[in-house]
Amino acid sequence: MTAVAPLLEVDDVSKRFGGFVALDGVSLTVTPGERLGLIGPNGSGKSTLVNCLCGALHNESGTVRFDGTNVNGMTAHQRTRLGMARSFQLPRPFTSLSLVDNLRIPLIYSANVRRGSHFTAAEIEERCGELLRLVGLDAKSRRLPRDLTQVEMRKLELARAMGADPKLLIADEAMAGLSHSEIEDILKLLDRLNEHGITIILIEHIMRAVMSFSQRLVVLVSGKKIADGNPQDVIRDPEVERAYLGQ
Amino acid sequence: MRSWLFTVVVIVAGAALFAVSRFIQNDYFFFAGYVVLQYIVLSTAWNILGGYCGYVNFGTAALFAIGAYTSVTIHKLLVTSRIYPVSIPELIIIAGVVSAIVGLGIGYLTLRLRGAFFSIATLALAVVIQTFITNWDYVGGSRGAYVIRPQTAPLVGSYIQYLFLVMLVLAVLSIAVARLIERSRLGYGFATIRDDEIAAEASGVPTLRLKLIATTLSGALMGMAGAPLPYYVGYLDPASGFNLAYAVNSIAMPVIGGTTTWIGPLIGAVLLGTLQQWVTVTISSAVSLLIVGLLLVGFVIVAPNGLVGLMRPLFERRHR
Repeated sequence: MTAVAPLLEVDDVSKRFGGFVALDGVSLTVTPGERLGLIGPNGSGKSTLVNCLCGALHNESGTVRFDGTNVNGMTAHQRTRLGMARSFQLPRPFTSLSLVDNLRIPLIYSANVRRGSHFTAAEIEERCGELLRLVGLDAKSRRLPRDLTQVEMRKLELARAMGADPKLLIADEAMAGLSHSEIEDILKLLDRLNEHGITIILIEHIMRAVMSFSQRLVVLVSGKKIADGNPQDVIRDPEVERAYLGQ
Repeated sequence: MRSWLFTVVVIVAGAALFAVSRFIQNDYFFFAGYVVLQYIVLSTAWNILGGYCGYVNFGTAALFAIGAYTSVTIHKLLVTSRIYPVSIPELIIIAGVVSAIVGLGIGYLTLRLRGAFFSIATLALAVVIQTFITNWDYVGGSRGAYVIRPQTAPLVGSYIQYLFLVMLVLAVLSIAVARLIERSRLGYGFATIRDDEIAAEASGVPTLRLKLIATTLSGALMGMAGAPLPYYVGYLDPASGFNLAYAVNSIAMPVIGGTTTWIGPLIGAVLLGTLQQWVTVTISSAVSLLIVGLLLVGFVIVAPNGLVGLMRPLFERRHR
């Protein structure tokens, strides 16, 4: 039996902001189709790690390999075009564009680059429609993002990330500030995306959501990885308990 | 409306305007019309970077003056030396290429800055370019340079009517280019830069490359607008070429008209340009700039999306 090649390999990645060490030699791998949960207290380096993976920040040491390619030094848009998409902790829609045009952007700037040819206007319309139906926003396709509720905004973020036709989706606190039923909505959506073969890294504070979604859990504390494994085992790890509950 | 059809409509409108103007005997109409058309080109050019991408450029006067001084240089090199009688359309093309290269250079130097820092950097680069021109003796330095225009012009006879026609063609070209950008992949990319550059990168938009395209296009059109200036005024010095009015008007006109669409700069330039010409004749040129300043402040406070932004809800209600 041959081992599956990892989709994402993070090897000894470090990042400093002046004297503050945000990431300290973090290593992890993600296999295709996996559902990885990434947790840690505030300030533990989760968002910094996401930014280093996606190219919004550049790590000072270590390497990030995606789908067999060393992406160190690549810009964010180049990584997106390779198939690494993200949603933001605070939704960042293109405010002057309608919902359908928000989704058009990753299609015309990312997905078609990977496909090697431009989408026709009809294909773009069709794909935007599919994505809007997937997240349940098809009735508001011509509206502006300012007309959306908080949960709809989160769904738009996920749909836009999906527009890039990613192999890996990094959902950065996609459920923050949502109600119980809204969290269920987002979880169902992430489940559906994963069923379509997309690998998902879920960064989240809401433990119930992380535990129900993740196949594997990684814990960051003060920029270091302190646990990596089965979610049930990880949350019983004494070091993880100490990090969350104190001594 | 499809872009090719829009271009045809704009060309027909430009031709109709020129045909009507042939019945006007007063030369002042052409002098004033030239200035209004020049501002249509300048404000449309500014809007490609400032309106579509959200990068406020204070360096319009520098790129405009580069176009004008390219004409002076070529005129001196070829026309005065009787080597080759360069025509104004040829000068416009050369000035466009030179200004596009300078625009690209300014982009490389400044586009890693954002917001007010970018704006201040473009202003600083404009001062650097003005200092260079002021100390360049070949183009007259601070004394300025005279350009003697021919007595007659091709096609229309009167030279001022010819300059009016040339600027009209440039205005048509700039509007067609702006509209084409707006409805293209490039236009969507520019809009994402204006809205959120980090999210744009995360969606696969090569933001730096698009911004460089914007500075190059914008610079080319500004330089092309400046190329006929020496023939219009007959004498060019740094104070007139780098006049603050060009920078202020090229910002004020799109802001007053509306920055997110091609028609905003057009409306702003026609309204404000005409008002300025009227005030210059009836009161004074100083008052005309004061009016621009007051209107700019007023619109920024009351209607930040310009006249187009004010009208849009009415238009949308009618079509609902």
